[in-house]
Amino acid sequence: MDMAAQPILAVDGLRKSFRGLTALESVSLEVRRGEILGLMGPNGAGKSVFINVITGLYPSDGGAIRYCGRDVTALPSYVLARLGIARTYQNIRLLRRMTVLENVLVAIKDHASQPFRSLFVRNRSGGVAAAMALLEQFHLADKADRLAGTLAYGEARRLEIARALAGKPSLLFLDEPAAGMNERETEELAATIRTSHRLVEAIVIVEHDVAMMRGLSDRLVVMDSGRKIAEGNPADVLTQPNVVEAYLGTDGADD
Amino acid sequence: MMQDYVVFVGINIVLAWSVYVILLAGSLSFANGGFMAIGAYVSGVLTVKFGVPLVLAALAAGVAAGAIGVLVGFPALRTRGIYLMLVTVGVTVSVKAVIESIDYVGGIQGFGGMVGTTQWHVVALVAMVGCGLWALSKSPLQRILDAVREDELSAASLGINPVHVKLVCFGAGAFLAAVAGSFYAHYLIHVAPDQFGIVLSVFIVLYAVLGGTNNLWGPPIGAAIMTLIPEFVRGLESWRPTAFGIIILGLLLIRPDGLLAFRSITARARGIFVTKRA
Repeated sequence: MDMAAQPILAVDGLRKSFRGLTALESVSLEVRRGEILGLMGPNGAGKSVFINVITGLYPSDGGAIRYCGRDVTALPSYVLARLGIARTYQNIRLLRRMTVLENVLVAIKDHASQPFRSLFVRNRSGGVAAAMALLEQFHLADKADRLAGTLAYGEARRLEIARALAGKPSLLFLDEPAAGMNERETEELAATIRTSHRLVEAIVIVEHDVAMMRGLSDRLVVMDSGRKIAEGNPADVLTQPNVVEAYLGTDGADD
Repeated sequence: MMQDYVVFVGINIVLAWSVYVILLAGSLSFANGGFMAIGAYVSGVLTVKFGVPLVLAALAAGVAAGAIGVLVGFPALRTRGIYLMLVTVGVTVSVKAVIESIDYVGGIQGFGGMVGTTQWHVVALVAMVGCGLWALSKSPLQRILDAVREDELSAASLGINPVHVKLVCFGAGAFLAAVAGSFYAHYLIHVAPDQFGIVLSVFIVLYAVLGGTNNLWGPPIGAAIMTLIPEFVRGLESWRPTAFGIIILGLLLIRPDGLLAFRSITARARGIFVTKRA
């Protein structure tokens, strides 16, 4: 099988339940190289659980996850991060008492994967230029010395994405990046995500915002009650009757 | 007399740093009194019974305590917060009980004959550990430790293995406490298990916490002040523990983050705790 055709991530029959409550009921999907995959669904559909299982936060109860052809099902999150799977969190998790620059520096792969070797390296400022370049791309360079906890909401989102990219990942998961944003902020975020897309092979976005997902995603997957109910190009998927019923009908109203 | 001050302040500084090293990765250890006891006894046996030179014996004792620290820490560091603290308390209590039951080192009577520590040993040790910690504070490792302390989950999603980082710090702290314990024993000539009870561990933590754990200069300040204060209030005799306690409470009230807590004070002044949007 040639490299371009092999999906970067292949999930097969993934299952997860919490105390008997089924969160994921045999979910299978592929993430292809070069694409932005949108993952939608009403609250409780299992989207965040899906991301959390894939990125090693929760162990799965069954099924297989293959990343670049390699079985990564039971690996802990730090190993997955080193292999090139990065993520952001629904409720932003920055290192709030560290500066913006430090937040990016800490994610530099050489140091993060071999922390105690970094005590003996000579070239200690090596990462700063790269980190500043990254901050520049995300319009945060002028805030490099601010504490991350003092950033405005949109800036904090951008920083979290920039930080996720500092480890040079291949696959990036964004868990509800537009949550709590107004229209203008959402537009800025979409631009940020397009910037990010140039730096990684594929992005998976979990999001409620239909307009944003329509504009950004190459493909859409819709989940409901822990199952995949639709998959395809955004225009087709968003008009499918079961999608309209499950998702747009109920949750679209309160947005 | 002067030499006493230098040696005891210096040893307490290294002990405070041994707690600081573990705190850097976000764990609080009440095991360092136990590690100090391991250092005192292992090095004492090596010098007295086997004629090993003091510095070599101190290093060997440090390595032994570090290894024990890693063995104990591996299961313990997977637990969090209060449970980890309780495990470290358990370490100190068991170390003391084990030493008391070994006749080879004198049981509860204690073990004697250790000589050789001069103030220069202690000064050199403080200088070396200080330089090491200063180098650490300027290296990328400092940021990685900060990240693990702030948010393990976040650190893990950046490729950092929090358990590994915490374990190495725990071992390093055990090493430092044991080396300090070695020099301590070889200054006092005779040590007994009673000297290494849980109260000692609590005091070591207090040195670090009162001085402030935001940077490497806080713990030595705390250790120096806490070691010397009892000397100055000695005239009060029976009121000494009370005066000591009041001073500790006062420090905690006036400087809750420690005497030298630059970073978190600035952080609070900049309002970092209030930015989360509703």
